[in-house]
Amino acid sequence: MKAAVVVFPGSNRERDIALALQRASYTRPVYVWHGETELPAGTDLVVLPGGFSHGDYLRCGAMAALSPIMDAVKAHAARGGYVLGVCNGFQILAEARLVPGVLMRNASLRFVCRDVHLKVEATDTAFTGGFKPGQVVRVPVAHAEGNYFTDDETLNRIEGEGQVAFRYCDADGAVTEAASPNGSARNIAGVFNAGRNVLGMMPHPENMTEDVVGGTDGAILFDSLAKALA
Amino acid sequence: MKARVHVTLKYGVLDPQGKAIAGALGSLGFSGVEDVRQGKYLELELAETDADKAREQVKAMCEKLLANTVIENYAIELV
Repeated sequence: MKAAVVVFPGSNRERDIALALQRASYTRPVYVWHGETELPAGTDLVVLPGGFSHGDYLRCGAMAALSPIMDAVKAHAARGGYVLGVCNGFQILAEARLVPGVLMRNASLRFVCRDVHLKVEATDTAFTGGFKPGQVVRVPVAHAEGNYFTDDETLNRIEGEGQVAFRYCDADGAVTEAASPNGSARNIAGVFNAGRNVLGMMPHPENMTEDVVGGTDGAILFDSLAKALA
Repeated sequence: MKARVHVTLKYGVLDPQGKAIAGALGSLGFSGVEDVRQGKYLELELAETDADKAREQVKAMCEKLLANTVIENYAIELV
């Protein structure tokens, strides 16, 4: 798996993502500065990492979505290439309209940094092939703008098309309002594009890949990608 | 020429910040505030002197960057 991690001014999880990718695929990903206009030849997977690109000014991800590299990322996605956006990366994907919906201020108005439980909603994708259907996993979130929103028509459509990847749930897998850290519509924590080759998610699987940090549930996502894109 | 741009959330889009402000006003004793919607206000100094062209430019700026039209409306005023 040849992965490229895009670094924006204000990204701060690029090393975490790179380590998780390297651990899963035994291949070191390449860092690509946002001002570049091309991805390295043969890139299988592009990752937009978490952080605070451009200081989260105007709207989270709004300016990063217009970075020079994003034209190449869009072209990569359009030809079926894989793209993963985590946290701020998800916000950038949403602003770039590569995944449906937007991320708004958390309903609590607070920055939330804690472990959450996720229910895996789709296991027939390159990102999630290693999970069991309906599996409940534990990974951390760290964001103030993760409140997923779109209109009911779009919500119904993406649910019908299998574009919901993860939902916030409690430890037993019950999808309840109380289990959501941010007030997301229908507890959505991660969504795919229509082709399911682009995934945006607020939680940080890259920060739950070693027992020493409390668990390895997040590694399943990177192992799935490494297997699918071997 | 100066452009004033208001960016506001569309109706139907939940505004947790507006709700918090409404709650704070109520607790300060300002009764009767039924709803608050928070938005953004931007002032742009433009080199363009033709009003029609300026409006067109600012509209393009709003569509591309200043507003997220999935959830936001914008209004342009030239002065």
